[in-house]
Amino acid sequence: MSQLFFGYFAGMIVITSILVVALRNPVYSALSLLVMFFHVAGLFITLHAEFLAAVQIIVYAGAILVLYLFVVMILNVTQDDRYHSQWRIAGVVCIPLFIESLLLLSGGAGAVNTGSRSLQSGPYDAIPTDNTLAIGKTLFSTYLFPFEVASLVLLVAMIGAIVLAKKDIGQRET
Amino acid sequence: MTEFGLRLAISLTQIAAVMGIVVITVLILTLAERKVLGWMQDRMGPMEVGPYGILQPFADAIKLFFKEDIVPAGANKFLFTVAPILCLIPAFIGFAVIPWGPNQTFEVGGITVRPFVISDINIGILYILAFASLGAYGIILGGWASNSKYSLLGGLRSAAQIISYELNVGLSIVGVLILGGSLSLVKITDAQAGGFWHWYLFALPAPQIFALVVYVISSVAETNRVPFDLPEAESELVAGFFTEYSGLRFAFFFLAEYANMVLVSCVAAALFLGGWNAPYPGTIMAFIGLPSLAWVENTMWFAVKTYSFLFLFFWLRATLPRLRYDQLMRFGWKVLLPIALGNIVVTALAVFFFQ
Repeated sequence: MSQLFFGYFAGMIVITSILVVALRNPVYSALSLLVMFFHVAGLFITLHAEFLAAVQIIVYAGAILVLYLFVVMILNVTQDDRYHSQWRIAGVVCIPLFIESLLLLSGGAGAVNTGSRSLQSGPYDAIPTDNTLAIGKTLFSTYLFPFEVASLVLLVAMIGAIVLAKKDIGQRET
Repeated sequence: MTEFGLRLAISLTQIAAVMGIVVITVLILTLAERKVLGWMQDRMGPMEVGPYGILQPFADAIKLFFKEDIVPAGANKFLFTVAPILCLIPAFIGFAVIPWGPNQTFEVGGITVRPFVISDINIGILYILAFASLGAYGIILGGWASNSKYSLLGGLRSAAQIISYELNVGLSIVGVLILGGSLSLVKITDAQAGGFWHWYLFALPAPQIFALVVYVISSVAETNRVPFDLPEAESELVAGFFTEYSGLRFAFFFLAEYANMVLVSCVAAALFLGGWNAPYPGTIMAFIGLPSLAWVENTMWFAVKTYSFLFLFFWLRATLPRLRYDQLMRFGWKVLLPIALGNIVVTALAVFFFQ
């Protein structure tokens, strides 16, 4: 049953991701991106990570993608062929990456399955009853320092965005 | 397989019941709004259809049903059709996690049924927030697909407004989550049992009064109601994002707006006012020896609280003029956001030191 759900979600993610770059109408692209976010959230739910699923929808579908749509509609780029002639470059980048990932997955050259990776070999925990609690505890104890560093980086990005967008800050002071 | 079938049947019955109640509430609201506005403006409101005008919602529904369904020239037909549905589904889907009554269970054929909540998932409130944020898609796509300047401007305004105020809704709830220690609405409501001094609006050590004010103002803005109804400002944008809509598709937008109002009122009642808990400890029905009927009293209290919030929506509409767009943005980001953040800090400190 879970295999079936995984197959459905993974298949839809692949199809809609391709549609995002293949569709000519940018609004349709944004919509297929929305469908993709939903299926990623579905994947999280099959992994019993409900908190991540909800946050995935709130942050990506609810906020970021709406801003994308905003830009698409204001710029009114109905069709722009400039962006559809880049498939050669994309192919040069993607085909080696694809072959590489195939090799890694099949356990070929440079295989990692000899070393015991803690992620895979560790005993599979029983499903925690409160996923949100588990994430909160891990984030604020084990990974507190990386978490704070990430927040600092985001703050810098935010201040940078304000400085770039508000051109009259420097002028008013002089 | 029969167990699965029975489970499915029970769930579908619950969903149908909740949908029915919500649609009936919306019908009542359309009449109540016009009546309340009428009384506040010293007139009678609708009086023609039925005794005292109480059949007006049915007349409106029949009228909308038989209106011609117009798709404007140059509109994107697919998105024009999908947009009202995209608006309606998020508005209705949130009701799945709202607890309407006491957290009791009974057995049907070996299956435990919780009659007053469709599904008690452990991320209940995040689920509601997630789907509430998707309501913006219906509006923004409807505005874009209509191929009209007024619709497009209305849709864009609405998207900006919903994103801004959704943040305040989320942050104002955090205080309650700290006090309740759970994301499930059932558990949060259960924790507020035993008298109105246990409701999170008044509960020590950190009364959530400011949080409730921020939540109510932001939810008014999120449902596009007066005084934050800029997406459909008549004097500037004809009717905003649904200018080009008519007939049944317009009815969908209308239904979504009112269902959203009911949803945010239910969430406010459940989070801040103790949900179905009575303002005194226990219930009167249990006191006079009828504990099996206590659920009637409890669901009635939930209805009273929800309708009080809905009345507040009408009251605001009759009282306040519409804000200007820059005022709206400044108020959301420079007034409500600091209050909500301050509330989180104060609540967290209070809980840390006094619990």
